[in-house]
Amino acid sequence: MADVSGWDWEIGTKTMPFDAWKADFAWVEEPYVSPDGERIAAVVNIDEAQFSVCVNGQAWETVFDKAWYLRFAPDGRLCVLVSEDGEWTVAVDGETWPERYGYVWNTLFSADGAHIAVAAQQDMQYAMALDGVMWENRFLNMTHYVLSEDGRHSAGTVQVKETGEADIARFQAGCFSAALDGEAWDSVFTNVWHLALSADGSRLAAEVRRGLYDYTIAVDGRPWDRSFSSVWHPIFHPVSGVVIAPVRLDGKWTLAADGEPIWTQRFVQAWHQQVSPDGRRLGAIVSPRYGYWTLAVDGNPWRTAVNEMLIDLRFSPDGRRLAAAAKHDGRWTLLVDDRLWDLRLDQIRPPVFSPDGRLVATVVETGGRFGLAVDGRLIPGTYEALWQPVFSPDGDRVLVRGIADGIYRRQVLTTAQLLA
Amino acid sequence: MAQPTQSEAKQIVDPGIEKGAAGLTEDRIQAVINHVIQNETGARLKVYVDTCVHCGLCSEACHYYLSHDKDPRYSPVGKVKQTLWEMLRRNGRVSVDFMRRAAEIAHTECNLCKRCAMYCPFGIDIAYLMLVVRRIVHLLGMTPQYIQDTAHSHAAVCNQMWVKPDEWPDTLQWQEEEARGEMPTLRIPLEKEGADIMYSVIGPEPKFQAQLIYQAAVIMNAAGADWTMPATAGWDNSDMAMFTGDNEVMGRIKRDHYETAARLRVKRIVMGECGHAFRSVYDVGNRWLGWRIPPIPIIHAIEFYHELITSGKIRVAKKFQTPVTIHDPCNVVRGGGLHHMARELAHALCEEVVEMYPNCEHNYCCCAGGGVINCGPPWKSKRIEGNRIKADQLADAKIRGAKVLIAPCHNCHSGLEDINHAYGLGMEIKFFGDILYEVMEKPEA
Repeated sequence: MADVSGWDWEIGTKTMPFDAWKADFAWVEEPYVSPDGERIAAVVNIDEAQFSVCVNGQAWETVFDKAWYLRFAPDGRLCVLVSEDGEWTVAVDGETWPERYGYVWNTLFSADGAHIAVAAQQDMQYAMALDGVMWENRFLNMTHYVLSEDGRHSAGTVQVKETGEADIARFQAGCFSAALDGEAWDSVFTNVWHLALSADGSRLAAEVRRGLYDYTIAVDGRPWDRSFSSVWHPIFHPVSGVVIAPVRLDGKWTLAADGEPIWTQRFVQAWHQQVSPDGRRLGAIVSPRYGYWTLAVDGNPWRTAVNEMLIDLRFSPDGRRLAAAAKHDGRWTLLVDDRLWDLRLDQIRPPVFSPDGRLVATVVETGGRFGLAVDGRLIPGTYEALWQPVFSPDGDRVLVRGIADGIYRRQVLTTAQLLA
Repeated sequence: MAQPTQSEAKQIVDPGIEKGAAGLTEDRIQAVINHVIQNETGARLKVYVDTCVHCGLCSEACHYYLSHDKDPRYSPVGKVKQTLWEMLRRNGRVSVDFMRRAAEIAHTECNLCKRCAMYCPFGIDIAYLMLVVRRIVHLLGMTPQYIQDTAHSHAAVCNQMWVKPDEWPDTLQWQEEEARGEMPTLRIPLEKEGADIMYSVIGPEPKFQAQLIYQAAVIMNAAGADWTMPATAGWDNSDMAMFTGDNEVMGRIKRDHYETAARLRVKRIVMGECGHAFRSVYDVGNRWLGWRIPPIPIIHAIEFYHELITSGKIRVAKKFQTPVTIHDPCNVVRGGGLHHMARELAHALCEEVVEMYPNCEHNYCCCAGGGVINCGPPWKSKRIEGNRIKADQLADAKIRGAKVLIAPCHNCHSGLEDINHAYGLGMEIKFFGDILYEVMEKPEA
């Protein structure tokens, strides 16, 4: 996470016209706001095949043939994928990387935003490019890209052998592996999916399939001793380093660590497992009975279940509380500590806990307008666009970033004001 | 049941089936069959097997049966008799040759179109029974080569056409650029979080039919839709793994699709004119994962175009003048009930709509769906021979004036093209999107 303590936490509002930009450009694409709320930006079209990025009303001097996937890094740098003269690269705060590629996509940031990685294709060979430097080793194809939390290591599923046209035997024998910083594992698999890097980026885990039926997790190229009829994305326990993944056993799902089931309970489905920040609790989204979804903590499902979907599981920073976005009877709400908020909404964003875990807030949408909800209450005021709230380090203040009446507003409120 | 009049068909050798057969033993076959019966089926299979009174009323429903002069081997019940019943009767102890034939029947003599379920007095879903056979075939490694290769593509790159991860957004940007020649401010918004609609297509569109993406983009922009397309895996709604019995890969594909939509915070997914994908997203794939209903609402292009026309978001400048007829795809009509909507749409877009009979939910299958066309070149002639009845039906519609055939499903489209050429029908085949794009009012350039 970027350090938020240096942000402007003074109570008050800063404004910036946004809709007015439309007069200056052929069109203005959807806006993005910096984490600290100080800048609002959008890709803009100047003329035929002339694109730039407008930040706080000021367009970059550089003009590109194409520009897409505009995103702020956690440290506030503004990144966009751009094409010039048929070649692609990354532009950061208006400056392009000197390197050029056949294509770039899937921008990834380190937790502090200091490092930027993209998937890159050059001469129909594939590799990650980290801060502009493409892996020395290139591959026939690459999917499932990851960047370590510290941004020093990148990895991806790589194709190391030609599959041949409709050569099903060759495919099943294994043409895929995983590469960490460009070095592929010695082992090959029929499939390699959804990679995870350890906290220090030195270890790499992935879902693998050997042949058509034999699923397991491979860590640093070595499969677990035990196989399953299916598996889902692995994670590294942030404290112990143990690899944890959902596994399917006898038609039911549970969680396994280093190859052995660790929960006695079995579910219709179990995925999106997450370890609490203190490393003590293990949560997952589970389906305790067909068509119903809840959260399970350390194997124990909650009593409250919804009948459509659960996503975005989040622990509070102290690890004591847990929440997820929930869809029930066609409407969205939050499931927090085994209770559903009373609000029923058209859409909802992931839950955001205050640093002390006392409050949970998120952006909600109803009737085409966006609003802020805290602890199940809608805060007065609606917006055309609204970004996730950010709590100050002491949890006393909230940064609200939204567009209302065509004006971008950066507001800092006390939590007391917000809840008044 | 009528007696067979056809002579033995010539033997087709499929490398996929043979590869699996090569190392098989009867012990292995028995173990797999009994595993599937005991662990992966339940009351549904038992009820179907116990309820069938062997009346044969399903026979008249099947295009293979009708196209093969009522050869009972091609009747739905005949296919069950030659496969699953025998497996059950023999407690799974069947030969390698038996399984070769079972693989051929389940994959190349049944489109899983479910027309027979409507003719069965008890509503027995024989397509389900054939899918159970396909699951067994999958676990024995005997899936036909070409559809197995497609399932591999799904597994490797999460789309059915080996489209690489850069080729997808690059193709969208290419089509966006092309379409700007017609609508200078047109966008195909990629990865736009919070859009109302995620538009998803199937692998052949970026691979071979990029003009369909172009047309969809024009329609979306002209309608003022708030839409997006993902730049990541999850963009392809198709699912041949559903038809190979590789349920585990099927689940992966559907998870990626729905979680991509959830990540983008869209209100709903609009899918292009594909039939089997519709079945996978609203019925089979989602349910394997535990989602009783689609977790993000998803509508077929027929429903979306109907909505655009009836709401006035798209206006027809001048109706399509050439007389059309409508093919009712099994998955969106028998499966999704969209036949009335399809007709309302056709009448709104076209000056003259000639019905072909039987129609709506009783329509004959295209003989391509259910993964049959995906079994590839070795089976093409057999597939075309197995749908003579469709050629007769189309010829009748042509005699009554239809010149264009609307087929709102990719597999139907491809299969009907083969029927069209093989039987010399001389019809033009279009998607609804082709016609809508042609007749709609477009904003001034």
